[in-house]
Amino acid sequence: MGAAMPRPSACPACAAAPSAEQLAEVSAPKEAHLFLSLPTIHCAGCMSAVERALAATPGVHGARVNLTLKRVAVEAAPDLTAADLIPVLERIGYEAHELDPGVIAATATDKAGRDILMRIAVSGFAMMNVMLLSVAVWSGAADATRDMFHWISAAIALPAIAFAGQPFFRNAVSVLKHGRLNMDVPISLAITLAAGMSLYETAQHGQHAYFDAALSLTFFLLAGRYLDHRTRAVARSAAEELAALEVPRALRRAADGTEETVPIAQIAVGDTVLVKPGARVPVDGLIAEGQSEIDRSLLTGETLPAYAGPGMALSAGEVNLTGPLAVTVTAAGQDSSLHRMADLVAIAESSKNRYTSLADRAARIYAPGVHLLSLVAFLGWLWVSGGDVRLALNIAVAVLIITCPCALGLAVPAVTTAASGRLFKRGMLIKDGTALERLAEVDTVVFDKTGTLTLGRPDPINIGDHPRRELEIALALASASDHPLARALAEGARAAGIHPAALTEVHEVPGHGVEGRLGDQTVRFGRAAWVGAVPGAVTAAWLRVGQGRPIAFEFADHLRPGAQQAVAELRARGLAVRLISGDAQGPVADLAARLGITDWTAEALPQDKAAAVQALSDGGARVLMVGDGLNDTAALAAAHVSISPATALDAARVASDIVLLGTDLAPLGAAVTTARKATRRIHENFAISAGYNLIAVPIALMGLATPLAAALAMSASSITVSLNALRLR
Amino acid sequence: METLFYLIPISLFLGGLGVAAFFWALRTRQFDDPEGDRWRILKDDWDDHPKP
Repeated sequence: MGAAMPRPSACPACAAAPSAEQLAEVSAPKEAHLFLSLPTIHCAGCMSAVERALAATPGVHGARVNLTLKRVAVEAAPDLTAADLIPVLERIGYEAHELDPGVIAATATDKAGRDILMRIAVSGFAMMNVMLLSVAVWSGAADATRDMFHWISAAIALPAIAFAGQPFFRNAVSVLKHGRLNMDVPISLAITLAAGMSLYETAQHGQHAYFDAALSLTFFLLAGRYLDHRTRAVARSAAEELAALEVPRALRRAADGTEETVPIAQIAVGDTVLVKPGARVPVDGLIAEGQSEIDRSLLTGETLPAYAGPGMALSAGEVNLTGPLAVTVTAAGQDSSLHRMADLVAIAESSKNRYTSLADRAARIYAPGVHLLSLVAFLGWLWVSGGDVRLALNIAVAVLIITCPCALGLAVPAVTTAASGRLFKRGMLIKDGTALERLAEVDTVVFDKTGTLTLGRPDPINIGDHPRRELEIALALASASDHPLARALAEGARAAGIHPAALTEVHEVPGHGVEGRLGDQTVRFGRAAWVGAVPGAVTAAWLRVGQGRPIAFEFADHLRPGAQQAVAELRARGLAVRLISGDAQGPVADLAARLGITDWTAEALPQDKAAAVQALSDGGARVLMVGDGLNDTAALAAAHVSISPATALDAARVASDIVLLGTDLAPLGAAVTTARKATRRIHENFAISAGYNLIAVPIALMGLATPLAAALAMSASSITVSLNALRLR
Repeated sequence: METLFYLIPISLFLGGLGVAAFFWALRTRQFDDPEGDRWRILKDDWDDHPKP
């Protein structure tokens, strides 16, 4: 099976894709396979509760939680959808998101990971057996016995190396074809030379054979490779889960007036798409019918909803608030603002490639150095011994084996595995391998406001200022609407013990507000212009009773849980905190004051945000950008490292290196600490492996290295490095 | 000395059995959710009677 596998590190998803297709063909169409992401589950109790609750839901045939990936797979009757199951889980206290089964299926089978595991098993098995035979040789077996042991070792080692070493060989060949060097080149060279040299020595009844060294090298390096893969596989599958959070569907009205739900890909320009109140606009278009209010906060950062009526333009990503809308599609698929997002994401990804990881920097110095050193050893001994090629080659191979970056191969993956596992438990997902290193270097944090420091959910702030009578009327009107401001006011008023006044003829006027009658007076609750008031700087809804003076109910954005703690902790760690928002002066100033941020900018356009981040970077600062909207995407890409919450738009999540899975912002401070600790461990690990080489290389150069010494040096350094990584707490 | 002639093959065979068992476990996806499996053993859902 090995020959058919593509390089595991390069494209594991490609390897998994065909099997996913087969899987889809095999699965019976009469049962629905649903996947839900559960960012908050963490224990046996959660698993039982989730599985029991789902199993008790009518139509569900089976549910199985995967705690490692924090998701649940549900087999259910075909008419059941995720929308039916999410409330079930929310009722028992678990946050749940629908995932796109098509995307999930591709990652469900981790073929590449299993492939590496098999190679580890084979090399481990062979290593232990050869090591047993080697112990006999080291303890003094001679002549025929030694030769026989060497031959048995060769019979075990050569096929095992041929199978287990393939990932390295394949990478090395492809890199050499492009005329470059990487860590796999010295590794492959050391493994093949050690095996070839040992075979030759065995045939010549020689004393030293390095079969065990070649195998343990393969084993330890594969272990490092696997840890590396594992970290990225968990991150990748979860990142794809997140990409699947917004299942892209649209409600299309056909020519004959019937409505059908279709994938966005099937929408064409000129189609009419219906957008229900509370739904996200799936395409760019013009409003054909209906009036409503539009929440643009994800795109621009504005918290104040805007009026929308026939003839006005809508962009994909905006949220429809009050009335149903029919939208004539002006741009779909590649031409829509979705494509603009893709452009931004492409910019983001190309700019991220500039960073060279610590491991790459080490390899760049290391790989040529190792080759040079063994070449020097070969030539030197050739000259000293007066042309004894066999001796010179033996020593050169010993140098190559001893310097081979066993510990170096484990130094980084062991630490990143430990660190990202730790952060994943706290609800943070590391999407990029170098994100931890970059996070450790950060000295400035730039926050976005709407949707990042706040939930984009309003809170009434001046309920106490109004007379009870007005509050009762406002509550009665607000209860009739699903508008976020109305809902927030109704909630706040009820919590304050207000009871709704008895009104008649209460009805919602989409795009404006709610109207009703109190006796013979008309009462209105809604937009400033509609009730006849002058809008102020703060987000507000207005109430007017009859011809009386309109009164304002003001709102502030609901603070994200943990925001205060996160800002305080980042400050305590010596980072400068800034706030750059696209929202109006008033709300931004208010929030900055609540969080104690002195350095803030309001009314920033998307390019202003990116420019501000770029200016900071040019000034020598390492910027961590935390944002969620489309208007943040460019800034997220420009920053040294970036974080976005799971509720962010696709584009923002793709552009960022770390994703917060839960709603809480509090883990930010701890993440910086963990990143700093992890980087320190990586440096320590480099120092440890360099220290081993400092001792071992002169010994090897002098020709004193035996297979026993090589085995000891290699195992000791690898184990020290792994243990050091585990110290990360 | 002669013991080696059958002990070495036996040890290789037994080790090979271990590798084969590992391959089997891997192929039947028993390592897909190590975190969950570790907790699952503590569940008391079907302690008093087997799962129907």
